[in-house]
Amino acid sequence: MSTTTPVDLVDYDEAVTRYDPVIGIEVHVELGTRTKMFDGAEQSFGEEPNTQITPVSLGLPGALPAVNGTAVEYAIRIGLALNCGIAPSCRFARKNYFYPDVPKNFQTSQYDEPIAHDGWVDVELADGTIFRVQIERAHMEEDAGKNTHVGGEGGRIHGATYSLVDYNRAGVPLVEIVTRPIEGAGARAPEVARAYVQTLRDIFRALEVSEARMERGNVRADVNVSLRPTPHSPLGTRTETKNVNSFRSVERAVRYEISRQAAALDAGATIVQETRHWHEDTGITTAGRVKSDAEDYRYFPEPDLVPIVPDPVWVEGIRLALPELPAARRRRLAEDWGYADAEMRDVVNAGAVELIEATTAAGASAAAARKWWMGELARTAKQQDVELADLPITPAQIGALQRLVDSGRITDTLARQVLEGVLAGEGDPEQVVVARGLEVVSDDGALLAAIDTALAAQPDVAAKVRAGNLGPVGAIIGAVMKATRGQADAARVRELVLQRLEP
Amino acid sequence: MSADLTRLTAADLAAALTSGDVSSVEATTAHLDRIAAVDGPVHAFLHVAADEALATARAVDASRAAGQTLHPLAGVPIAVKDIVVTRGLPTTAGSRILEGWLPPYDATLVARIKAAGLPILGKTNMDEFAMGSSTEHSGYGNTHNPWDLERIPGGSGGGSAAAVAAYEAPLAIGTDTGGSIRQPAAVTGTVGVKPTYGSVSRYGLIALASSLDQAGPVTRTVLDAALLHALIAGHDPLDSTSLPDEVPDFVAAARRGATGDLSGVRIGVVRELQGDGYQSGVLARFTESLDLLREAGADIVEVSCPHFEHALAAYYLILPAEASSNLAKFDGMRFGLRVEPTSGPVTAERVMGATRGAGFGDEVKRRIILGTYALSAGYYDAYYGSAQKVRTLIQRDFTAAFTQVDVLVSPTTPTTAFRLGEKLDDPLAMYLNDVATIPVNLAGVPGMSLPAGLSDDGLPVGFQVIAPARADDRLYRVGAALEALLEQRWEGPLLSRAPELEEAR
Repeated sequence: MSTTTPVDLVDYDEAVTRYDPVIGIEVHVELGTRTKMFDGAEQSFGEEPNTQITPVSLGLPGALPAVNGTAVEYAIRIGLALNCGIAPSCRFARKNYFYPDVPKNFQTSQYDEPIAHDGWVDVELADGTIFRVQIERAHMEEDAGKNTHVGGEGGRIHGATYSLVDYNRAGVPLVEIVTRPIEGAGARAPEVARAYVQTLRDIFRALEVSEARMERGNVRADVNVSLRPTPHSPLGTRTETKNVNSFRSVERAVRYEISRQAAALDAGATIVQETRHWHEDTGITTAGRVKSDAEDYRYFPEPDLVPIVPDPVWVEGIRLALPELPAARRRRLAEDWGYADAEMRDVVNAGAVELIEATTAAGASAAAARKWWMGELARTAKQQDVELADLPITPAQIGALQRLVDSGRITDTLARQVLEGVLAGEGDPEQVVVARGLEVVSDDGALLAAIDTALAAQPDVAAKVRAGNLGPVGAIIGAVMKATRGQADAARVRELVLQRLEP
Repeated sequence: MSADLTRLTAADLAAALTSGDVSSVEATTAHLDRIAAVDGPVHAFLHVAADEALATARAVDASRAAGQTLHPLAGVPIAVKDIVVTRGLPTTAGSRILEGWLPPYDATLVARIKAAGLPILGKTNMDEFAMGSSTEHSGYGNTHNPWDLERIPGGSGGGSAAAVAAYEAPLAIGTDTGGSIRQPAAVTGTVGVKPTYGSVSRYGLIALASSLDQAGPVTRTVLDAALLHALIAGHDPLDSTSLPDEVPDFVAAARRGATGDLSGVRIGVVRELQGDGYQSGVLARFTESLDLLREAGADIVEVSCPHFEHALAAYYLILPAEASSNLAKFDGMRFGLRVEPTSGPVTAERVMGATRGAGFGDEVKRRIILGTYALSAGYYDAYYGSAQKVRTLIQRDFTAAFTQVDVLVSPTTPTTAFRLGEKLDDPLAMYLNDVATIPVNLAGVPGMSLPAGLSDDGLPVGFQVIAPARADDRLYRVGAALEALLEQRWEGPLLSRAPELEEAR
């Protein structure tokens, strides 16, 4: 599949001047329920293959599905958070196709009766622009198992000598969220696509319906792209790029398809309606199967399951219990913390909202929390190429550090050394201060001794100061600070030096 | 002694077990001996589980000896149709594609049977995946009608009906999608009940058509059917179409009916389920039965169900459509037969094709193709969609009829048992056997067939009673009354007139 025959591309900026891109995104999210969508098998990530299975998961003869009520509740939560209507009654349907990772050779999904429909979600772009994405539907379905192809190149089915199937994932509950065509994004279509998926991810986490970890495939996106000459032209033929599984890739894949399709259209070719594969390594898409009449899933209502008829009172209860959603929360926090819009955006983009919130909860001021996380720690994270949250330091530790500064036990300068110690695994700030002996020396006797030594070492400077020339006093202070390894309060040292040298 | 034990009804055997006159080991041994003696020519069983059955029997006898409270049917042997999944016992649904498969779990109804301590004698023959009305479509040979070994025992549950008719088992489990319990009962002179859809859990029944399938009792008497139905009925969270309702008291209804008094019971004769195509001897027995019911105090009126004439057509779209999807899982990937293509690359898709080509019989393939076509894009509305509308109309016919009467009645089948091979090459003629039973499945209502006598050809005729959904108890009341009145006239059960089978030595 990794045929990388060179493809004509049009420079992106040029492509979007000649064509108006329209995108559509399907996001699948795995729900974090204890058990699967239709059976009692437990589901958790990373277990031994084929250990989280029942006769239902394996599609054994005679086995029947039974709907997981928690999964339905989570789907409703998602629907409500996306401002959707919740169907008063809806059914599951069978999507029939033969593939070894689908144990029954049909997927139980929802077809013409999704549980949630007709909603919208606002996504915020990096510069603060709000873009509203219309949601067509959100429906429930089950995940497939996982194939491992052995013997072929790079784990691909082509050339493989055999394949292994792990049914642990088969039957894991999914909600698929489908947008309406996203129009009017113009050149910012790739950015909108990325921001949309990121917004959904944040919502899933806030709703506590999924861990929503992209790297584990908890959230997967299929991106549809089509081009048309002008925003007033009819929609062009679209391609669907499957399984784009990081925010960055979503943006890149849309960008790539715009450039590729523009080149094809420039050359007078037509776009083939097809599924395309995204290649993370090379950043390109390649053709998969052609979507045509050949694909007939023979949908029909699942006769083994009765319709789902959510009690309106229950749905209202779920609505009332919805947690604060990320956008509203960000607005509230920015206000509480007194951050400017641009500051808050930086905080959000750095993934520091929760960290700062926890740090303020640990007693630090919002300003101080932002100073640490967006300053010294952001730099460290960038140097080490890790997420802020993955640094080996906790908001509680930052809170403790700031308390040490506020109480005057350490200076800002010392605090940076303490931070370094905490990051190096030397323990909590208090322990680092003690272990490294970093406390401010506030004992005048000790300071005077150091001052006397410094004055004795630099008699000419002492003489000048005594004579009323205060200029060179810094040399004495510097020597004292050096002798105390920075642990002295420089202002106090200056006072004491001047007292000492009073004529 | 053995021979006598096999002739007892389940109720009488249960009484003998309870009183301690007979042990379950004796009863089970007697039936295993009978199977060994007559099942060669009858071929009701695909698998006999002698060791497991005797182990259960011993355990029940020990529990009884220890003074434990047991289920009323504890120790009474039972046969189970091979479409019902049984842990550790081969389960093939009559198909070569499942040859050698040992299920790792029990169907819910099997779990109940085991918990109640009924020794499972074995698994009974059937048309492959329950597709057929003669058991000739089994992948493992024909079952023969104990009344005439040259004739079909009905289908798809010919094995369960023949086993009970041949005294190989006092009780059996069948499944009924369009008549597979009732039609075999009719042609073997036994009793069969298709419960209300959702009365008995479908968990562990290998699905033919999910919206039509229902398991039920196959017995020699109405009371025995009530006893077995009571054991297997009830809510099961593993089957979301299972009814949460409290189960009516079938046994009390049967005992009440057996008094022969049906005063005030309104009985409707379905105009559309008689006349053309019905054998004269079948109609004669049906009319005589109506006379008896009238004498017993019932009001008998004729009712019309105008849409029943479309039932067969709708059924043969809905069933194949659901079956085409239900049978997709038989692909050689996870269980059962696996056949690799003899030439060309061995890909998953080609292994699936080769396995299905080799493992499925012609009737199964015919229905998979029909169903696949009926669900295809562009044809769905015309076929599956229209059939579902017809189904709704048939349900309304029943609803309307049940505002006038308490139960509906008809002959179970248009004819008595035909000869083996007679209709094998004419699928439509075969399908017509179920013309009177199919509307019941389409509407999800319960139906019973019980013996109404012998036709001119000396073969059994079945009488069908149909009740509203959730009112299965009415079947038992009316059925038991008719049974009592008929047996009074016959001076014994109809089966006592069946020719004695030659016992192998």
